[in-house]
Amino acid sequence: MQPLLVKTFTTTTALGRGIAETLSALRAQRCGLQARSWETVDIPTCLGEVDDLDAMTMRADMQDFDCRNNRLAQLALEQDGFMQSVQAAAERYGRKRIGVFLGSSTSGILSSEQAYRQRDPVSGALPACHSYQHTHNMFSVADFVRHYADLQGPAYVVSTACSSSAKVFGIAQRMIGCGLIDAAVVGGVDSLCLTTIYGFNSLQLVSSRPCMPFDAQRGGISIGEGAAFILLERADQAQTDDILLSGVGESSDAHHMSSPHPEGLGARLAMQAALDMAGLPPESIGYINLHGTATPSNDAAEDLGVTAVFGTTTPCSSTKGHTGHTLGASGAVEAVICAIALRHGFVPGGVGTRTVDPSLHCNYLLANQELAITHALSNSFGFGGSNCSLLFSRKRA
Amino acid sequence: MTTLQVFVDGVGLYAPGLDGWAHARVVLAAPQTYLAAPLQLPGIDSLPAAERRRLGIAVKLAMAAGYDAARQSPIDLQQLGTVFASSAGDCDNCHQILESLASSDRAISPTRFHNAVHNAAAGYWSIATGSQQPSTSLSAHDADFGAALLEAACQIHSNAQPCLLVAFDTPYPQPLRTLSSIPHPFGVALLLAPQRSATTLCSLTLSLTQEPAHAMPTPDLEAMRRNVPAARALPLLSALATQQPQDLVIEYLPGLNLAITLQP
Repeated sequence: MQPLLVKTFTTTTALGRGIAETLSALRAQRCGLQARSWETVDIPTCLGEVDDLDAMTMRADMQDFDCRNNRLAQLALEQDGFMQSVQAAAERYGRKRIGVFLGSSTSGILSSEQAYRQRDPVSGALPACHSYQHTHNMFSVADFVRHYADLQGPAYVVSTACSSSAKVFGIAQRMIGCGLIDAAVVGGVDSLCLTTIYGFNSLQLVSSRPCMPFDAQRGGISIGEGAAFILLERADQAQTDDILLSGVGESSDAHHMSSPHPEGLGARLAMQAALDMAGLPPESIGYINLHGTATPSNDAAEDLGVTAVFGTTTPCSSTKGHTGHTLGASGAVEAVICAIALRHGFVPGGVGTRTVDPSLHCNYLLANQELAITHALSNSFGFGGSNCSLLFSRKRA
Repeated sequence: MTTLQVFVDGVGLYAPGLDGWAHARVVLAAPQTYLAAPLQLPGIDSLPAAERRRLGIAVKLAMAAGYDAARQSPIDLQQLGTVFASSAGDCDNCHQILESLASSDRAISPTRFHNAVHNAAAGYWSIATGSQQPSTSLSAHDADFGAALLEAACQIHSNAQPCLLVAFDTPYPQPLRTLSSIPHPFGVALLLAPQRSATTLCSLTLSLTQEPAHAMPTPDLEAMRRNVPAARALPLLSALATQQPQDLVIEYLPGLNLAITLQP
């Protein structure tokens, strides 16, 4: 597969809006997780909340799509000149030649959660204002972005739990490779909702403190919300220092619905497939952004997978201690963090982790390092045994 | 204009009155013989009993359609990648979670939660078949089938490997049923390959088009096509049933459909 150009990208999470705020939070090793009340949640947990979504308004012609998830999408689209770049691309390639492929695990389900609390006591009907199609349905966020940016190419949502918005990079790469489109808006959006908070709690996977990836004391995830968008284009005209998507590796665990393969076998297959596509040896990778959810079994399985492919020296960290686990958005959020690391020549140390679990053997960074890396790998693994690893490279002269 | 050619090695179909491809192909070849009847699904014997008990109708439907198509070819399921698509996944399960979350006791069962992921059917399929090949799970609201066909064709062109496509939808219970408007289940599967083989039924050549989508010739099958996203596949399934060379258009997104040339 041909590499793709990653020139324009943005992310909005609990760390801030856009690249500059994200970069400064990463440089300061700031944790965006807070123990504060949200909606009607009554369990002790820390959340990575994006500020001011409740007060936001949707663009006038997009009111039908109004829900927390699409508000977050709109907020993120308006950072870093992303919309202007998409419009320039639309003029360059034509609106029918740009696809929209986004990942989400829960879309705007919060709207239905709230509507179910407001059912008519006699008929059981939902409030008349509830728009299922434009908020809760899984396609809603891609439908919203396609209309918001007035794009007319193919579109769909990938929903494979926490690998969703990593896998969209592969979709864009294949569709551009087949010649059906010239560019794609890819990314992921997932926002806070009761389904994931109470659902992960039912599996006893939610930490009451800010999450501690790869720490011996790790006690589960902290749920965050986030959005990230990337404009992917053909790389024929790539210049020195441009960032490229150079590899995508996908696999299935075929093991269990909610637990990873204990030896990290599926993870290993995905990482190796990304290296194979890029034609790179493991030792060329300068940084691995781990899935690193901070549950005991996920981190242990990923560590086995990483060390089997890369050994124990490649610098690694999870940024879920910064942002929380943004679930279906995490693949795209962490792809953007890899792009930031490549562009700015530094790799982020994990936050929240005090002592790396001595039974884990990858080179887990607790402090930032100034390091002019050329290749960075991002891991995303989801329920149902869905694995995806992305490889990003900085074009050298 | 970019075209993508794929080969159909198997077809699966379960819907009310369409009981597996062997039955459905006869009905679709003579559409006036269609009779609506309650959905009948075969048992899923490839999963352990403990896993089978956890399955709702949506996953059973997806797996039944998938096996129906895959068993028409000698392909090794452990080596087969998959594309699953559904407008909303397991709607019964989603409704149960929403009811629990609206109650004073918000406890959700862990099984309900992991079955709530959109890729639950894909996850159970990979466990049942032991396939560690890539699998993706899509939603495009009313455009699921077109999305899945486009994605499967792009995968086959990129990796030259066969791919099993499964598109399935089930109705929500009330109150969401009124809003989502899917009246009954429909599950379709296509086993697609990069080259012709001994089991190939026909080739499909796909391209994007703005031409309007084709309708079904009888009112009840046309209602099915219009009401259930996965049933947008019906004009293609009718063509596969008759095996005559033809050009057809499948509905995808508003203003963007899929043109298909079928060659036996």
